[in-house]
This record gives sequence, structure tokens and C-alpha cells, in this order.
Amino acid sequence: MATDTTLDTPRGTTVPRSSRAVEAGLDALDTAAVPGARRSVGRVLVRSVMPPVVFLAALVGVWQAVYLAKVKPTYALPGPATVWQTFLDTVQDGRAAEAVWTSVSRGAVGFAMSLVIGTLLGLAMWSSRWLRAAVGPIVSGLQSLPSVAWVPAAIIWFQLSDAAIYTVVLLGAVPSIANGLLTGFRQVPPLFDRVGRVLGLSAPGRVRYVLLPAALPGYLGGLRQGWAFAWRSLMAAELITYSPTLGQGLGQLLDIGRELSQMSLVITSIALILIVGVAIELLVFAPLERRVLQTRGLTTGR
Amino acid sequence: MLARTTGRGGEDAAPAVRAEGVSQTFDRRGPAVLDGVDLTVAPGEFVCLLGASGCGKSTLLNLIAGLNRPTAGRVTVAADRPALMFQEPALLPWLTAAGNVELALKARGVGRPERRAEAGRLLRVVNLGGQSDKRPHELSGGMRQRVALARALAQGSSVLLMDEPFAALDAITRDVLHEELIRVWTEQRLAVVFVTHNVREAVRLAQRVVLMSSRPGRIVREWSVDLAQPRAIESPGVGALATEITAQLHQEISRHGH
Repeated sequence: MATDTTLDTPRGTTVPRSSRAVEAGLDALDTAAVPGARRSVGRVLVRSVMPPVVFLAALVGVWQAVYLAKVKPTYALPGPATVWQTFLDTVQDGRAAEAVWTSVSRGAVGFAMSLVIGTLLGLAMWSSRWLRAAVGPIVSGLQSLPSVAWVPAAIIWFQLSDAAIYTVVLLGAVPSIANGLLTGFRQVPPLFDRVGRVLGLSAPGRVRYVLLPAALPGYLGGLRQGWAFAWRSLMAAELITYSPTLGQGLGQLLDIGRELSQMSLVITSIALILIVGVAIELLVFAPLERRVLQTRGLTTGR
Repeated sequence: MLARTTGRGGEDAAPAVRAEGVSQTFDRRGPAVLDGVDLTVAPGEFVCLLGASGCGKSTLLNLIAGLNRPTAGRVTVAADRPALMFQEPALLPWLTAAGNVELALKARGVGRPERRAEAGRLLRVVNLGGQSDKRPHELSGGMRQRVALARALAQGSSVLLMDEPFAALDAITRDVLHEELIRVWTEQRLAVVFVTHNVREAVRLAQRVVLMSSRPGRIVREWSVDLAQPRAIESPGVGALATEITAQLHQEISRHGH
């Protein structure tokens, strides 16, 4: 594409250059390939998988040592081997799968409802200054109110039912999601809105093509926190609302362990709750966030 | 070959931009940012607005762009919606280079198949044909500003407003972009209003340089630049006029010292 030009013009303004060649050269220099950070399987193993495994092994080691030292009676602190056996039994007799499925499906339904309500609430608060002033402080306050506090009220309103559980989950997750969306909107650079106006986009067009996509990173942060709150609230609700008519979730499994004074089942339940939390984070939110941030050049990928 | 008459080409045609007695005050009791500014830009004319900081040149540009309304006076623009380039590329980071250009076409109601083709053509105009699918963060500052130029061209306006678009770039890149801009201007016959505080840049680019005073912003003097394009920024012709304008600019700025 480069065209060499030597232009002789009056008054000594000679321009000997091949500007497009210079331009192409600059472009090549400026976008020189950064040494590829190709992630080999071996490096992933060493960098991401090994550290938590080593840490976990050390933790189990300390646990075994404390157990052998008999700091606590065995019924209060069983050894790792006993707990592992209970864990395997719970998995084999299907109770683990049932509890995980019950809780995760409740969590998913509760989160989906929170997503819809929280997003609508966030949009409404964004578009109405009055609503923002009126509801904003309450929504922020709800975020710091432990949602267990709602369990007694929910039980009085809805008895021991799924409705009571979902009420607690919604009250836990909706404020985070609504606030996340608001934060996302607030972080949109004003310049982007001016770009939309200069390009001649209509007001709805600016929301659809500029404001919403620009707010996505903050919104995702809100969703992630909303899920964490939903999951916590769900566990709190399940722990308290035990009833034979309700499906048996992880919280209920944990409560059975307490009733039977079976510490190994208690630890097994806690481990299952943790595993689900980590799995959802690693399989859903982390990849989603990484993709959004990488697209926008907001992360170095370290 | 690129000889172009440097006068106000087309005296009888309606002006591309006309500002009449334009004043702007942001704070009711505060000083006027702009005070009785008259400016006429002919179709296809390249005008540089030059001044120190606080002279209201960006304010004037925003008024012409229709982003603000003047406190007094009138602004008329021949185009429906003038294209505007900011100091920052202001590209939307979630869209590719082509996607950013296409958004401007979409805002004009261009259909999807034509959008794709037209965005590709405009990116080739700014010598970025191979970079359509790159995201802004994968491009250098100069390349981003060229995508912004392609997006401004995609607005299809006969008036292009530029608010210090090359101020943040290094000298070599800026040099190349000057050449690129002049080439595009020559080919597309746009009226350009280019705001800068760089005297040499103004003389390098414009057919007419308009000097503004600061607080309040008024038009002090203007020069027509009778040098053929393309000019080199380091050429003696550009240097001589720049020296003369700089002297006047310094005089304007010194008035604020006492």
C-alpha cells in the first residue's frame, strides 16, 4: 500500500517521505507480538493446581497431629480417616448427591429469581433519581444485614416451605445484584455517553449499545457477590427450616449431623458446601469475568 | 498535484459552520468563557482554532457539535450532525475496530450487510485494513486515533470537528497522522474545525488559523496559510508563520500575568 512520494512544492516545503510506509512501520513496532503466554498443561499444574493441593495436605497433616495429641475427645474431633470414611459412605449411599442436587437446584432457582428482580430494581433505581434516594440506603443496608435474620420472619409468613427458603435467598441476593448494576452504571466514563450522542444514537440506543455493555464488568461483580450471598442465605435457611416435607439439602444434612452428634457428618457437610461454592466460582463466574475483562484489555491475565 | 486554493473556497455556497455573536457562561455570576465569537467556515475549508488553555476553544467546538447550547448567539451547521473526534480515541473497548466504525453506521441507519463492507473500506482509508478484528486495547495510541477517524468519517458528515485529537501522541506518530488527515480531507472535501494549542500543528494543517484570547474567549486575529499541501511541519514556510503566530500568542498570554 505504501506509495513513495517526493513532493517539491513552492517556498521550500519539500516533503521527501513515504508516509504510508512509515505508518505501517510504526504500526508493526507498536503492536509487536508480546512473547506468547501460552499456558502448557504442566505450567498450569505447577502454578494453579499444586499450591492448593500442598496447602490442603498440610492442613490435613495438622489436623491428624491435633487428633493424635487428643486435644479434644474423639467424638468432638474425629481424625481425617474417620471423616473420609463418612464422606465416602455419604457419597455411596446417595445422600451427598441428593443433598447437593437439592441445594444447588434451590440455589439456581433462587439466584435466577434474584437476577431478574435485582436487575429490574437496579434499572429502576438508575432511571429514577427519586427512587434511588428513597430506596438506595435501604438496599445498601440490606447488604450488610445477615440474611439469617430473615429466617424467623419467613417461617412465620410461609411456614416450613420452599417459599420461606426462597424469601431468605432473595433478600440475601437481590440487594447485591441491584447495587452491582448501579455500580456498573456509575463507573461508565461520561465520555462514552458523549460518543453515543455525537454518533446520533437515540436515548434507548445509547442505553442498549453504550451504557449496558459499558456497565457489564460492575454488573458481573454484583452477580458474583449475589450468588455468594444467595448460597450463604440458602445454607442458613436450610439449617433452620428442617421438615420432613422439604427436600433434604446440604444445610439439612449438616443439621442431621448436629442432631446425631456425628461430627464426621458435620465436617462432611461443610466440605460439600465448600466444594459446591468453589466449583460454581471456578466453573461459572471466574471464566465469565476473565472473558469480559480480557476482551476489554482490563486484565494482564496473570 | 495536491494544489488546492487556500482561500475561502465557494463564497456563495452556504457556510459549513457559522457562529454569530456566540457567548457562553457556565456559572451565572462567573466570567464568560466565550464572548461574542463570530466564526464562519466555508464548505471544504480547514480551519484551526488556536489558543492557550482556558480560551474556550473546546467549548466553542462543543457548541458547534450541538452537545451544549450557547448562552447567547447562534450556531448553524450545514450538516445534520457534525462528526467529532476527541482528544482520547474514545473507542468502546468491548467492540472491535470494525465494530466501533459499524456503530456509527448503525446510528445512521445503514443496513447490516452494507455496514460490514463500509467499515472495512473506511478502515482501509486510514490504512488499518488488516486490523478490523482487533480490540482497541490491542492497538497503539496512533492506531486507535485512526480508528476514531474512520468512525468519524462513518458519520458521513460534511463537517468534521476535532478537539486536540493528536495531543497525546508522540511526535513521529503525530507527523504521520497529520499526513493521513490531510490526505483524507483532500479526498473527502470535508470542512474541518481543528482545535489545538500547538502553533506548528495549526500551521502545518490549516488553510486558516484563528487565534483566540483567554478569559473571556474572543477571536483575536486570523491568518490564512498560503502554503501548498502536503507541508512538512519542519519546513521553513511553516516555521516562519509559526514564529509570527507564536509571538502574538505569547503577547495574549502575558496580558494575564498582571
